[in-house]
Amino acid sequence: MSTKNWPLWEVFVRSKNGLEHRHCGSLHAADEEMALENARDVYTRRSEGVSIWVVESKHITASNPENNGEMFEPAHDKVYRHPTFYDLPDEVKHM
Amino acid sequence: MSEEQIKNLEAQFEARIARDEKIEPKDWMPEKYRKTHIRQMSQHAHSEIVGMLPEGNWITRAPSLRRKVALLAKVQDEAGHGLYLYSACETLGVSREELYEQLHSGKAKYSSIFNYPTITWADMGAIGWLVDGAAIINQVPLCNTSYGPYARAMVRVCKEESFHQRQGYEIMIKLANGTPEQKELAQDALNRWWWPSLMMLGPTDAESIHTEQSMKWKLKRKSNDDLRQQFIDQTVPQAELIGLTIPDADLKWNEEKGVYDFGEIDWDEFWQVVKGHGPMNKERMKARVDAWEEGEWVRDAAMAYAEKKHTSLKKEVS
Repeated sequence: MSTKNWPLWEVFVRSKNGLEHRHCGSLHAADEEMALENARDVYTRRSEGVSIWVVESKHITASNPENNGEMFEPAHDKVYRHPTFYDLPDEVKHM
Repeated sequence: MSEEQIKNLEAQFEARIARDEKIEPKDWMPEKYRKTHIRQMSQHAHSEIVGMLPEGNWITRAPSLRRKVALLAKVQDEAGHGLYLYSACETLGVSREELYEQLHSGKAKYSSIFNYPTITWADMGAIGWLVDGAAIINQVPLCNTSYGPYARAMVRVCKEESFHQRQGYEIMIKLANGTPEQKELAQDALNRWWWPSLMMLGPTDAESIHTEQSMKWKLKRKSNDDLRQQFIDQTVPQAELIGLTIPDADLKWNEEKGVYDFGEIDWDEFWQVVKGHGPMNKERMKARVDAWEEGEWVRDAAMAYAEKKHTSLKKEVS
């Protein structure tokens, strides 16, 4: 019986320079080196990436959807943060 | 939480799904939704993993380098698909070890089709063409399922799967146009894989216990019988095109309905294989469990090495 299981890692792939790394899934690996190698084999078999980040899942802190109200709703009534809130004379075509 | 609060949450949850909103791992979900998804997603992952066995068997004996690289890539994809699906399944709070344990103890099921033997090279053609063909029909609707991680995994799976079916059909074309012996091999493989492939799409609608709930959760978008009809209608012309005969005396184009009528499926055989009495059930599970147990020292060594490296790093820092 194994004493310890391989930890879980989250994988982020940059598909090409100029674009951000995007989360694409997770995998198990003993350490960061193996996590990178496994990520290459599992998530980039068809040239999906030019750069990979791996981070152990336990290091990610996530917001809780139950608190979405106080987290995100305050932004809903701040329409003055959008350009359409402001009145412009019709003569001004572009601003 | 009171019963009424839960009812309320459930109603909101069903409404979200009805609006085509996706459910993500940390969202509240009914326990039954979670359990059903763990069951279906893990079963799907197990099928990918066990599905490597009947084909892995032929990699070293592929008749040419072209066939060998393709088969190798296909089997590697299946490992990848299993891993995408296991990781999506783990977002529901079940561990990889629990999932493996369920497979190895026989508690979890995998697709029964992999309990049939692969006795000739033509079986590689038939599996790609028919088994992957039926799988694709099953899987495409899942790209829109309500659970986000499952839907995202399925988008990747479906994108990669289409070469699997083509490589199988190409094997069949070559054999069907080859010597009489080669054509015979192709026909024999079609004869053996046709009916199990039809069974792969699941019991008839009348017998399918999970269909109604799964439709509501968009875990299923078409019924088993509809999917089966779609598979038959698309596959029959492909067989005719390469001069092979579908082994069903009752198969007939129905002008009025615009679909093929087909013969009775032997559901006793299906249930026998599901219950573990197929030709290869024991051997498949043994190969899987052996691989897991014999790899244990490697997993332990990798873990010990990782820990040692981290302790010495910490010492250097302090």
